[in-house]
Amino acid sequence: MSFWEYVANRHQQLLTDAFQHVSAVFQCMVIATVLGVLIGVVSYRSGWGSSVAITSTATVLTIPSLAAIGLLIPLVGLGVAPTVITLTLYGLLPVVRNSIVGLRGVDPALVDAAKGIGMSRTARLFKVELPLAWPPILTGIRVSTQMLMGIAAIAAYASGPGLGNEIFRGIASLGSANAINQVLAGTLGIVVLALLFDAAYVLLGRLTIPRGIRV
Amino acid sequence: MSETASETVPEPKATSGAAIQLENLSKRYPGNPNPAVENVSMEIKAGETVIFVGPSGCGKSTTLKMINRLIEPTSGRIRIDDEDVTDIDPVKLRRKIGYAIQSSGLFPHMTVAENIALVPKMVGWSKSRVKDRVEEMLDLVGLDPREFHGRYPRALSGGQQQRVGVARALAADPPVLLMDEPFGAVDPITRDHLQDELIRLQHELHKTIVFVTHDFDEAIKLGDRIAVLRERSHIAQFDTPEAILTNPTDDFVSGFVGAGAALKRLNLTRVREVEIADFPTVTVDDPLQEIFNKLRSGSHNELLMLDRRGRPYKWLRRGDLMRARGSLARAGQLVHDTVTRDATLHDALEAVLTDSGGRVAVTGRRGEFTGVVDMHTLMNSVHELLEADRLAAIEHQHDLEELRVHQTSEELEGGAGA
Repeated sequence: MSFWEYVANRHQQLLTDAFQHVSAVFQCMVIATVLGVLIGVVSYRSGWGSSVAITSTATVLTIPSLAAIGLLIPLVGLGVAPTVITLTLYGLLPVVRNSIVGLRGVDPALVDAAKGIGMSRTARLFKVELPLAWPPILTGIRVSTQMLMGIAAIAAYASGPGLGNEIFRGIASLGSANAINQVLAGTLGIVVLALLFDAAYVLLGRLTIPRGIRV
Repeated sequence: MSETASETVPEPKATSGAAIQLENLSKRYPGNPNPAVENVSMEIKAGETVIFVGPSGCGKSTTLKMINRLIEPTSGRIRIDDEDVTDIDPVKLRRKIGYAIQSSGLFPHMTVAENIALVPKMVGWSKSRVKDRVEEMLDLVGLDPREFHGRYPRALSGGQQQRVGVARALAADPPVLLMDEPFGAVDPITRDHLQDELIRLQHELHKTIVFVTHDFDEAIKLGDRIAVLRERSHIAQFDTPEAILTNPTDDFVSGFVGAGAALKRLNLTRVREVEIADFPTVTVDDPLQEIFNKLRSGSHNELLMLDRRGRPYKWLRRGDLMRARGSLARAGQLVHDTVTRDATLHDALEAVLTDSGGRVAVTGRRGEFTGVVDMHTLMNSVHELLEADRLAAIEHQHDLEELRVHQTSEELEGGAGA
């Protein structure tokens, strides 16, 4: 069976896997973004706090993802839980780091001006600092997403959802007729999805970055 | 006074200035044995423009920022219109104090209109009122609302950004305006324009303006009074520009005033304040014979010829007509420089110096001739001015010395007590 025949044959299964893959990455990204920006907002003012935030999220990244999932199985069981936890943790670093860098990069004169004209702490954060830090934060989210697309494949190891299942099944049955096709379909599917995601982020950037600071 | 009047009028009539009192303000930073600002006391009258001028690092900006409590004073009190604002909510306080900074401080992600609307929105103005106000403010600072309304700050020149910055600071009609080296980052020509604009604005609005600069010429141009500050914001001299120019209290101040105090003094006086002399005139429509007669008979050996609208046109000397063989078109010298009654004596002197005859024609609002100023008048006026300044300063010096003696004795007593 050629690759394309394989794809045509199994498109139902592939589409389901692809959808689950995207949905897992997307949901974990939302959680990682909210958490990451929150950590950034809380820690960017103190040099000590932000180093702790960046170092600890960076440490998470050094753990091999397969090992992380493996270690989580005895704690939270198989399936969705270890997948979500791993993806969220791995997605944090770029978001946290870029939030801190972005918030710190806001011109102090502007913060001074915002204070000087009588903006409260909250107003300053939501009306001045976050909008100005948004482009780098969005870049962080983009990098995170690309990374998670790959890591999500490993989730299949813990019976998680997604295109990783295709890859693992293929690897497990190497030598059989469709093994290579399976691995190829899973991998290419992830690449295509990652590209689609990236395009979506470009669009999101166009829509959410104010015209005055668009590059 | 006007404050009470504006309170009883419900319609948004522009609020004029409020008096500011600083009492023994000090700022110490932890870990630094020397205070950044030490014991500054100052009284700023309502509607007055006061300039803080001093070398970099003298604490002038810190002092300014203590007024809206961007920097919290370590000790001392701040009163605005007799209300002690040292302990009120700083966010509320700042909404009543306009604040303009160097390089405008406009938020790049908001349009010009959004920037200006910020404070009025925060203090809860209705949407339509905010909208009208934005247009009004743009108009006030000389920018066409239709053109600039929706622009982003980066699409504006430095001078335009600064104008918008001032518009934003004034949008909620605060009685007090703080300006921290607002024109420091624009080119000299634009700065000059902006300064003129500020003078015009202040003429209309009568806010209390506290303005920080390190440029003494800017201080002279804008200030009703100038506070020359030395390190730790100690007030070296706090007086009118005239008094500081003619009678600096010490070497520090005179060093800051720089060379050419008498020349700078010329910037403070307008042509209308000096004697404008009459000058025999003829008009282009006068018959030739009459002009001849005037030239021959008069005590002057020169005439000013006006055009049909009464504007200076040509200087005619005795003999000019002869040389030009009676042709008016060729005779005489075209007037190439005039000054208005609002020009400074500095401008007038410039014109007189470049004119071969040593005088300049003064014109009225529509360019019509009103008289001439010559070297002699200028010199006399300057001498008189300087003399008057000197007398005023000596009197003032006397007061200051008394005050200083008083302060020293207080300090001594305080020292003995501690």
